[in-house]
Amino acid sequence: MTETKEGLHKLLWRKGWAPPDDATMTDTKEEKEMTGAAAAAMPPDDATMTDTKEEKEMTGAAAAAMPPDDATMTETKEELLGYYRDMLLIRRFEEKSGQLYGMGLIGGFCHLYIGQEAVVVGVEAIALEGDRRITAYRDHGHMLACGMDAGEVMAELTGRIGGVSKGKGGSMHMFSKEQRFYGGHGIVGAQVPIGAGLAFADRYRGNRNVTFVYFGDGAANQGQVYETFNMASIWKLPALFIIENNQYAMGTSVARASSTPQMYTRGAAFNIPGESVDGMDVLAVKASAAGAAQRCREGDGPYILEMMTYRYRGHSMSDPAKYRTREEVQKVRTERDPIKLLRGRILRSGIAEEAELKTIDSEIKAAVSEADRFSRESPEPDSSELWTDVHLPV
Amino acid sequence: MTSQILLPALSPTMETGKLAKWLVKEGQSVSSGDIIAEIEPDKAVMEFEAVDDGTVAKLLVAEGAEEIAVNTPIALFETEGDPAPAEVSPAAVPAQPASPQAAQATPPSVSEAPQQTEDLPADTKYRSQTVREALRDAMAEEMRRDDAVFLMGEEVAEYEGAYKVSQGMLAEFGSERVVDTPITEHGFAGLGVGTAFAGLKPIVEFMTMNFAMQAIDHIVNSAAKTLYMSGGQMGCPIVFRGPNGAAARVAAQHSQDYAAWYAHIPGLKVIQPYSAADAKGLLKSAIRDPNPVVCLENEIMYGATFDVPMVEDHLVPIGKARVWKEGNDVTLVSFGIGMKHALAAADELSQLEIDAEVIDLRTLRPMDLPTVMDSVRKTNRCVTVEEGWPVCSIGSYVGSMIMQQAFDWLDAPVVNCTGKDVPMPYAANLEALALVSVDEIVAAARSVVYR
Repeated sequence: MTETKEGLHKLLWRKGWAPPDDATMTDTKEEKEMTGAAAAAMPPDDATMTDTKEEKEMTGAAAAAMPPDDATMTETKEELLGYYRDMLLIRRFEEKSGQLYGMGLIGGFCHLYIGQEAVVVGVEAIALEGDRRITAYRDHGHMLACGMDAGEVMAELTGRIGGVSKGKGGSMHMFSKEQRFYGGHGIVGAQVPIGAGLAFADRYRGNRNVTFVYFGDGAANQGQVYETFNMASIWKLPALFIIENNQYAMGTSVARASSTPQMYTRGAAFNIPGESVDGMDVLAVKASAAGAAQRCREGDGPYILEMMTYRYRGHSMSDPAKYRTREEVQKVRTERDPIKLLRGRILRSGIAEEAELKTIDSEIKAAVSEADRFSRESPEPDSSELWTDVHLPV
Repeated sequence: MTSQILLPALSPTMETGKLAKWLVKEGQSVSSGDIIAEIEPDKAVMEFEAVDDGTVAKLLVAEGAEEIAVNTPIALFETEGDPAPAEVSPAAVPAQPASPQAAQATPPSVSEAPQQTEDLPADTKYRSQTVREALRDAMAEEMRRDDAVFLMGEEVAEYEGAYKVSQGMLAEFGSERVVDTPITEHGFAGLGVGTAFAGLKPIVEFMTMNFAMQAIDHIVNSAAKTLYMSGGQMGCPIVFRGPNGAAARVAAQHSQDYAAWYAHIPGLKVIQPYSAADAKGLLKSAIRDPNPVVCLENEIMYGATFDVPMVEDHLVPIGKARVWKEGNDVTLVSFGIGMKHALAAADELSQLEIDAEVIDLRTLRPMDLPTVMDSVRKTNRCVTVEEGWPVCSIGSYVGSMIMQQAFDWLDAPVVNCTGKDVPMPYAANLEALALVSVDEIVAAARSVVYR
């Protein structure tokens, strides 16, 4: 945890927050463990803030403007290329989904994860066998990151029998017992108590697994999230709550919808510590998740990670995105893109050559083309499927 | 001045109680607020306080006396300075009549109701049990059988259940498996669903089903639909249970019958037992069922006693109705506490020489319509009975199905006897009017047999 704490302080420092002065700290052990909350209690030093107006509005985004320190990377080449591959798969998959939607092959609601790839890939990097994950409806990335088959996910989007849910769930409702992915939930916030229930089951069984419970800055305002925080805290559930703060709940910015911009402090009233993480930096995500998950595994109860991230596309396919400027989106894409960021690091540090990355690019392109082909060729479900899967046989 | 101390009603549905212990002696002075006795209604031991300063002149009821009706004088009380009262023997004090509501709510006793004997050998032994005890036994037996089964809800553990359904379970199974939750229905219903996705078999108790409205999103959207949405992968073996419908004098927000609401939802199974034997057998089946099951109980029926078969593993299949009384003139279809009214109406009708057949649906989804149709094809007439509201009721569905499947056998329109189409009033007389009554059922049956 020490490493994570230092990393966090550094991150907050970059954001213009004053790090807590260890010499003057009189916190008890418990209070110290609430790193995020403690850090947030320090007021930002306005004099040191040099952010532009735009950057100020996007605290998290501003943080990533600083290039990561390549020298401190401890990941192996294989790991780094793996994260690159996973993020790129999500990116290309989602771009293809957008195309298929435009062609009328995907219907209904379709929420793309483009821009947020580092969050789920960084968290999955520390997942152990048996860990569980659950999210809401912006779920394609989570499924790909935990190893579900891209073709089956895409065939679900096109509503075909080869889809993960045999075409009955669609974009928002997919599940995999095998990969321990528990949805895929269409009701904002509903996945949070369900996720705590998954963690409850692991505590009941007495194992060391963790449940990754993802939700957005919009869901963070749902009452059931706080009912869940309370229970998770009193029962010390091994739940890692991951708030994907992409700055907008549909069209409503965090500033307009939240009484506090620091969502990682939302657990303070329930004694759940939290921290803010640069969600555009896959390695920062991984480092924070590692510490937090370890804490959960050791029986210290839940933890909150607020991932400062950004979605490039609209809330859903039918979103004209009038609530933000084209420039704002463009700025993040150019300066903070998680894939570009990791690519640059890999190249600068000499871990891999351009040619090697290009090979990965081609592999991903081919994999997505294959998923696309499967999703079009798989037939629609037989009409008899209308009546199946309502009940399990007794 | 001498006054009577009456046995108090200590809960909305208490009709009788046991005088567990006197804490005062005759001649003893007490002050307002002193505990004078421990009273035991059917679900808990409660302390009973003096409301005035004075002297206990006479104890009229012996310690340990049971089945004392509410409002029966249990002691004579003398306020200070007054002369001692004349000797009054307990027998000389007439029992106060209970309120009309309490009288109407009298649970059926073993002798009144026909007993559950179907599919059981003739030599099966029975014991008299309350619905409350039967539900507890069902849960405890299933928890002994399968360590994935656990109970969670408000006050289920240390308090032993708001209605004492989980009495003794914490002591037997411990706090890991009998879990007190905060007052957080939405949250713990969702949490329960998550444990079921992960392979546990939770029993989620709602203190009453009225509060489950806070949680209905998880019952419907998370529990009922996920199997379908996952293409058959992700089952949800969970039981949501709790008292449903009107208790007594608890008014609009605590008196709703949700039978039609849950029966509407594909992916759920919905049971609403009437007898203790069915409560036990159906709840055990529900806990074993790999699908989400809503078990609608009734507070007034918790204290009702029935014969429960003393068999190793008493299971009643979900989806099977039961013919409680055979008859040839009219079919009465009901479920849950409605059965109490339907059976009482059948008794009255028999005095009018109208021979009613009484069917207890027991399960509302999937509904055993063939049993209803077989009966209607015999009697050619049907009256449905339920406490819920009339619009889109269980009865209206049964009626429409009879029209589609047995139209040519009908000699009269199907009549639905339901609760009145108003929020439940508090006033005793209005509440009685709002609930379905035996008189209404008798009148409906007479109207369809034209006599």
